[in-house]
Amino acid sequence: MITNANTQTWQFRTPKQYMLRWAGWFWLVALTVFCWNLMTEDTIWAFVADAPRQASDIGGRMLPPRWGYLNELWQPLWDTLNIATLGTLIGVIIAIPVAFLAAENTTPSRHFVRPLALLIIVTSRSINSLIWALLLVAIIGPGLLAGIVAIGLRSIGFVAKLLYEAIEEIDESQVEAVRATGASGTQVIDYAIIPQVLPAFWGISVFRWDINIRESTILGLVGAGGLGLQLQSSLSTLAWNQVTVIFLVILATVVVSEWVSAKVRQAVL
Amino acid sequence: MLELKALSKTYKTGDRALTNISFSVPAGQVVGLIGPSGAGKSSLIRCINRLVEPSSGSIYLGETELTKLSGRTLRQARRRIGMIFQEYALVERLTVMENVLSGRLGYVSGWRSFLRRYPQADIDQAFSLLERVGLGDHYNKRADELSGGQRQRVGIARALEQNPELLLADEPTASLDPKTSRQIMRLIQGVCRERNLPAIINIHDVVLAQNFADRIIGLRAGQVVFDGPSSALSHEALTRIYGAEDWDQVQQSSEPQNDEFLFSHAKVLELT
Repeated sequence: MITNANTQTWQFRTPKQYMLRWAGWFWLVALTVFCWNLMTEDTIWAFVADAPRQASDIGGRMLPPRWGYLNELWQPLWDTLNIATLGTLIGVIIAIPVAFLAAENTTPSRHFVRPLALLIIVTSRSINSLIWALLLVAIIGPGLLAGIVAIGLRSIGFVAKLLYEAIEEIDESQVEAVRATGASGTQVIDYAIIPQVLPAFWGISVFRWDINIRESTILGLVGAGGLGLQLQSSLSTLAWNQVTVIFLVILATVVVSEWVSAKVRQAVL
Repeated sequence: MLELKALSKTYKTGDRALTNISFSVPAGQVVGLIGPSGAGKSSLIRCINRLVEPSSGSIYLGETELTKLSGRTLRQARRRIGMIFQEYALVERLTVMENVLSGRLGYVSGWRSFLRRYPQADIDQAFSLLERVGLGDHYNKRADELSGGQRQRVGIARALEQNPELLLADEPTASLDPKTSRQIMRLIQGVCRERNLPAIINIHDVVLAQNFADRIIGLRAGQVVFDGPSSALSHEALTRIYGAEDWDQVQQSSEPQNDEFLFSHAKVLELT
């Protein structure tokens, strides 16, 4: 349509940006090559070459599964489910107030309470449940309780972080409208904020429960009860055909929990 | 009834939204507040119920000086002022009934409102208001199931559920089609007449403002540049409010002719 002598040119990036990006990619590749060298320095290649034979050897011992072992697994499986569910419950109950204290639009004090709430979240998130369990087994002794508390502590950060992000993303006009009626602070939370974050809350909680089922299956490795305990003893006695059964039970549990969480999320959204 | 004295608002960013605004609104008067975008219309009505803090000046509702209040007394004053919003600002995931009853939040305890156990008188009033705005059967629907016009009706019912002494409306028709806009404006005008309720309505549409308001206040860059009966809104006044424009073309028309105007423009573009 418009054509004249001084045609304007347009470029996606300036030459300087092109150079910077090229340099960025170059260093990334260089770093990868360097790391690969570092990583393979101590590898004994004879073992790696042997890997397929070893794998098939263990595979052979794992099959056929020893189905009779299932009967000994029902109790630990039940324990595992309880650890996950009660742990999630504790985590969620503590996470709710923490999330409201951490969200910019609901925190009572941006300079004191908010950093504190964020610290709680970061602390809880930065420590793996297995490490929490390790600590707790030392503090409150081995067993289910250590597992439940470990799962709970780890869940606080996860749930609170996602929940406070949901709180910060709400539609402020609804809050304004409820405040304009003369509602008190708690009534504003009850009528304008909670209805908006409720679907997110259920989604997050069920998602965390689903993760916790997977995590609680291995907590027994450090003595915190559940299926992991059986896994530990089977591994140490080289009873590979029992390990298979445990793996299959864990797999089935995870599949079921995924299905449940998918259903719940469908129902609340 | 409502009186503003030398009201000014300067935001933290240094933007002067309102400068020395003074006027009063007697009972039963419907005021259309017009002006270009950014003239301070929203800031002005939000200063009245203190969703925005005024920087200086005072506002009286009856005997109460609104600008002096805080905490509990401020909440008690807000109960007396109903507000209607542009995007309806209903709580989308609550039912129509809960939204209307939220107009009573300032009157019931936190515990009662949490359990949704409102006094029967409030519930009766909510039903009759829903009937009045034409949504009698929809009380159990969730707010997000309703159309735009229906949502704004719920918004009006929520404001009236407060039994307000003053109604504020922030662009109540901006998200609605022309026909629904007129219906909503007629409804607001109607309820104000029935209750002898004064109202301040922020509105972009000059024709709507002229048709449904008793009095027009024109705001430009945070100052009142026109204040008079709707019939006195001349081309000269519109130019003072909005700047120079061919007002004939805008004023005689509502939407269809605007379309024609756009269409003729499109043709001109094609020809060149």
